[in-house]
Amino acid sequence: MSVSSSSRTAQLQIQSSLLAWLDRNKSKLGKWTLIGLVVAYVAFLIVTPISALVVGAFQKGIGASIASLNDPDVFVAFWNTLWISLVVVIIHTVFGTVVAWIFVRHRFPGRNLINGLIDMPFAVSPVVAGYMLLLLFGRNGMLAPVIDALGIRVAFAMPGMVLATLFVTLPFMIRELIPVMEAFNTQQEKAAATLGANGWQTFWRVTFPALRWGMIYGITLTFARALGEFGAVLVIGGGVQGHTETATLFIYRALDERQYIGAYSAALALGLFSLILVLGSDWLRQREH
Amino acid sequence: MSLQTTIESSNTNSTYQPSLPWGRWSIRFVALSYLLVMLIIPLLVILQDGFSKGLAEFWRQISLPMAWHALQLTLWTSAVMTIINTIMGTLTAFVLVRYDFPGKRLLNGIIDLPLAIPTLVTGVMLVILFGPQQALGAWLKDQFNFSVIFAPPGIILALLFLTFPFVVRSVQPVLMELDRVQEHAAATLGAGAWTIFRRIVLPPLSLPVITGALLSFARAIGEFGSIVIVAGNIPFVSQTAAVYVFGEVESENRLGASAVSIVMVAIAFGLLMFADYLRQRSKGRTA
Repeated sequence: MSVSSSSRTAQLQIQSSLLAWLDRNKSKLGKWTLIGLVVAYVAFLIVTPISALVVGAFQKGIGASIASLNDPDVFVAFWNTLWISLVVVIIHTVFGTVVAWIFVRHRFPGRNLINGLIDMPFAVSPVVAGYMLLLLFGRNGMLAPVIDALGIRVAFAMPGMVLATLFVTLPFMIRELIPVMEAFNTQQEKAAATLGANGWQTFWRVTFPALRWGMIYGITLTFARALGEFGAVLVIGGGVQGHTETATLFIYRALDERQYIGAYSAALALGLFSLILVLGSDWLRQREH
Repeated sequence: MSLQTTIESSNTNSTYQPSLPWGRWSIRFVALSYLLVMLIIPLLVILQDGFSKGLAEFWRQISLPMAWHALQLTLWTSAVMTIINTIMGTLTAFVLVRYDFPGKRLLNGIIDLPLAIPTLVTGVMLVILFGPQQALGAWLKDQFNFSVIFAPPGIILALLFLTFPFVVRSVQPVLMELDRVQEHAAATLGAGAWTIFRRIVLPPLSLPVITGALLSFARAIGEFGSIVIVAGNIPFVSQTAAVYVFGEVESENRLGASAVSIVMVAIAFGLLMFADYLRQRSKGRTA
């Protein structure tokens, strides 16, 4: 009886001291629980898959991975990806700037609707984007007579793949530039104009330097998205080996043909390339500020 | 991601006349014809094609069992992803803004990684991790009879990976701006941590949370690259709407491809317009 009652008191004592400890450290406990939860989630969702790719690519040794990439098809595929992305970046830099400019500076009917439409490529499936172009430029497409008369090939050729990538990457440049342009103070331009600069001089000497970082970020995001485009170029380009095959299409085919080391290594190379691009521009920006 | 930025009308800008009228008109012409060619014509073409055989045929194509199942699978996996992503994204933003801990900057950097990684590569990563021949995948299958790859969980995981930045980056700046005086007042008056969070922190965050959730959902509806790798193309099991459209394009069933495409485009458009409307409304309120 006395034994059980003393053990009961001890139990109560432990319990109450535990409760007191919890009470004292409640906010601390809550803080570290939340941090632990978030870190575990990010580790599971993002870090683990990335590590798995690195391990998977090098499972037969670095030599085997490099050997698997030393293949003419791989060179053609990465080359295609690179130059499609470059063309897309150049076109969007020029026209994206113009579009952002009229959105910030001009008022015209239908502006709100078009502003909403600009984000559409972000949500429209890449497959649908490629398919739209196929409907326009494909064998029985609406513009097929025009294309045939001009003697150009768009579908299952590079021009179509460039167009598809252009559609998919449309919002990035414009969305990066609009806020920078809005924040830009027009008084500087007025001052330049007062001092006798013409429109072009004002743009080039005053406006452009202020927009530089928005532009660099827009270029980076467009480039990264273009490098990784898959669905749209698959539908419009057909992924002909060594011809209209891009880096992503090569990875897809290599997986299909069970060349796992080649697929994983190419995926790692493409992912790294894209990552270096984004981290590089981040680093440049941090160094500047 | 600055997709959530919209244009504000500001008086100083609209009264400003940069150059001669013909310059204004030509620049406007260039910009609008670029958008017309790149964006509007392709979107109209698909509408025209989908409805070319009439509304009845459009409905018949949508209600084919395979198409209907693909659309349903897309919607429910995206919805599950959106719920998880909204909760975890808000929590992540909260932890990043309110707490200091070692590795915080690294964590903040990792959040943007999904934007830099091609979605197809994301799919490859998940297959290496959970594929039926891989250690983890085989173990899950043996012990729990749980498949990730070629099944809906794989789709949800892939979608979670690639939309993770949206909610975090939408909530984070608003949370940073939040004045903490009210929270301290509530704490002084005896409110618990959860009450403070629910009654004081959450209300101003509702708009960025909802916008981030809508963007995640809109982005998920059309996802193809990662899903085709992770889920394959198994009708009635793991075939999503985008994969279905791809199959119909390959087999030259134009009407089926166009009809399901239109449904996907319409959902995307509706969601983006709704997100835009919410943003405009909140701007009107605060201004």
